[in-house]
Amino acid sequence: MTTDTTADTTDTTATSVSDGEDAHQWTARVRHAAESAFPPDRLLPDRQPAYLTSWVYVFGILTVTTLAWVIVTGCILALMGPNWWHVSTTGHFVNSLHLWSVEAFFFFMVIHLWAKFFMAAWRGKRRLTWVTGVVSFVVSIAAAFTGYLTQQNFDSQWISTQAKDGINATGAGAFWNVLNFGQMLMWHIVLLPIGVVIIAAFHVLLVRRRGIVPPFADSRRHGAEPSPTADDRDEPA
Amino acid sequence: MLYIDLMTLTTLLGALVNLGGSGNYIHWGFIQLSVANFVVILLMILVFILAIVLPFPRRPGRDQ
Repeated sequence: MTTDTTADTTDTTATSVSDGEDAHQWTARVRHAAESAFPPDRLLPDRQPAYLTSWVYVFGILTVTTLAWVIVTGCILALMGPNWWHVSTTGHFVNSLHLWSVEAFFFFMVIHLWAKFFMAAWRGKRRLTWVTGVVSFVVSIAAAFTGYLTQQNFDSQWISTQAKDGINATGAGAFWNVLNFGQMLMWHIVLLPIGVVIIAAFHVLLVRRRGIVPPFADSRRHGAEPSPTADDRDEPA
Repeated sequence: MLYIDLMTLTTLLGALVNLGGSGNYIHWGFIQLSVANFVVILLMILVFILAIVLPFPRRPGRDQ
């Protein structure tokens, strides 16, 4: 990055003026790539296509909303500690909120997955959107599993002792020990939530970038079988 | 006016289902599935079908 001692930081035209001579800098390249991929009206659009007027399209945002509840209630549990969530009435309530928001999260995510599978939602250059959804699903399962392992009750003891043989059989048990409470807790409250949130955020950005997949063409109306590969008419190259 | 405190309400709701006993499982060949998970799967299928069938409310005059 170069410095310009004469530049006025309050000058709103400074960016465009300096773009010509500083276009080779990584800051300029990243900025232009971000502006090109995510113009504000695409990142936060006022209107959506007419084909979105169906309840089947609401499960994505319901999944994101319940994920937010999972994170918020998990943060409260982390702030207050196990003596609070195991003993006090309010702690029990927030602990239950955490559990049931996870249940709702998976409930909505699986229906979202079914809907997108039957829509073939990877059409129209949306393969990476589909793949990030699959990866976030898998990481979410690991996050929920480590949550069951860290309940600090007989249930978690049973699950961990039953799971250890399966995990060890894969070879992962050498560095990922389900009987190690401290390790599982750190995975549950640090690494896996970070992974889920980052992948989910990337997934949502890709949805904004590529748009919601359009439905298949109606063969009864058009008199021809729809072609999945030709159904990216809403998609600029 | 009928007043029920939170503890009474949760006890009443908890009494509807016996959570103290052993779990119920469905055995079908090599598949073993708890009744609770089976009910959740049925509920997901039901919600999925309803989401496809039920009309989505639209504001008149909006075509997009």
